[in-house]
Amino acid sequence: MIEVVDLACRFGDFEAVKGISFRVAPGEIFAFLGPNGAGKTTTIKMLTTLLRPTRGSIRIDGLDPSTHPHEVRRRFGIVFQDPSLDIFLTAMENLELHAALYGMPRAGRRERIEMLLRQFELWEKRDQTTQTFSGGMKRRLEIARGFLHTPKVLFLDEPTLGLDPQSRHQLWNHVRAVNQAEGVTVFLTTHYMDEAERVAQRIAVVDHGRIVALGTLAELKEQTGTDSLEAAFLKLTGTTVRDEAASNAENMRQFMKAWRR
Amino acid sequence: MNAIYILWLRSLKHFVRSKAQIVSSIGQPMLYLLALGFGLGPVFQRAGEGSYLQFVAPGVITMTVLFSAMFSGIGLIWDRQFGFLKETLVAPVPRLAVMIGRTLGGATVALLQGLLVLVLCLLVGFRPASWAAIPAALPFMALIAIVFCALGTALGSRLENMQAFPMVTSFLMMPLFFLSGALYPLEGLPGAMRYVTAANPLTYGVDGVRGALIGAWHFGAFPDTLVLVAVGALFVGLGAWSFSRIQL
Repeated sequence: MIEVVDLACRFGDFEAVKGISFRVAPGEIFAFLGPNGAGKTTTIKMLTTLLRPTRGSIRIDGLDPSTHPHEVRRRFGIVFQDPSLDIFLTAMENLELHAALYGMPRAGRRERIEMLLRQFELWEKRDQTTQTFSGGMKRRLEIARGFLHTPKVLFLDEPTLGLDPQSRHQLWNHVRAVNQAEGVTVFLTTHYMDEAERVAQRIAVVDHGRIVALGTLAELKEQTGTDSLEAAFLKLTGTTVRDEAASNAENMRQFMKAWRR
Repeated sequence: MNAIYILWLRSLKHFVRSKAQIVSSIGQPMLYLLALGFGLGPVFQRAGEGSYLQFVAPGVITMTVLFSAMFSGIGLIWDRQFGFLKETLVAPVPRLAVMIGRTLGGATVALLQGLLVLVLCLLVGFRPASWAAIPAALPFMALIAIVFCALGTALGSRLENMQAFPMVTSFLMMPLFFLSGALYPLEGLPGAMRYVTAANPLTYGVDGVRGALIGAWHFGAFPDTLVLVAVGALFVGLGAWSFSRIQL
């Protein structure tokens, strides 16, 4: 479903992603696990046509995002790291807007919206503007929206950031349910190990723009000779905290962006 | 087509739901209308130019459309900061359609605010040449709305922070407004002012609205339309280009 070969992305002197390759099978739940600044969001942006790769190739359902952006966009749904709802519209209106943007046929649109709102436990709140929603409700609505146009792939970029354990737990149950019911491939990024461990069938550990290990949980433990994902992760990526370095790079990028304008 | 319509509808919903925006958009023009209309009225009368309220009302209506249209660009910065912009940029819709939907939505809102102020002008005592003059003024108001919404979009695409936008737009809007003939007749202006006002696209908008409403043309309906359409095409092109270059 997703095929990536030698993908790289450079911002000025800083190479955020340094030539990664992987494949995700149809219907699989695949996780990118890595510390802050590892290149997870940059990779998602390239996979979802928001950013052009510096080199390498991408195929989503056999199509290249740089030559067929609209066909590719129709095939994926995405939940961004930061919120992307219109807070002045109701839950229902947010979904209707999405359906219109994706050119969904009128017939069946209402039914699918109702089905998803019920499944994500938001049906009762459908006519409230989303500015009244809690963080967990907003996230659930965004995920329901991501599934709305029956995509083949759903990208989730750190979807549980800032949610309490109950909301996180419930959210993953919903995602798994739709993954099983509709066979949607799920590509997620996270830096919570327990999530990768619980939800994903295969995990790619990324660090400094490279995939340092890839496999099922059992394979990762075996490769590193450890007995938990956390131990494997720390063995692969070291125990240094890179927040500092990573956020400096981010600051530089922001600065460069501002400067160029 | 669907995408343009739904984004246009979204602008209207935002407008209807934001009472503060409606009230504040009326306040400033009404101050101009009442303070200047009645304050300068006697002087204007003595100069033999007739009623100043009649003269300035079309200028104030134009001002409302201008301000509201330019400020529609701030919606773009808002959507970028609050993330909704991403939702439209990953949708299988050409960016041009997104930009057109947003611009038409902003222009419709600006037009509605202009109409609201027109109604208030009527209540205060403004009388158009005839009732048919009101529909005749609409195309000019719509053109002004599109021209300056497109400019607002171009600015909103380039500026990333909410604080910079009002500063930059005020810096542009105030000269546009004061050098447009909205507040004074263009006849008999000193040399430099004549050229500056003639180079200001808003001048043609004011002239169109005033000509249509009270029959006092300076340039005429055809030159006004021609200039507004030409500048509109230029600004829509500029807005579309700036919008297509947005990187998240």
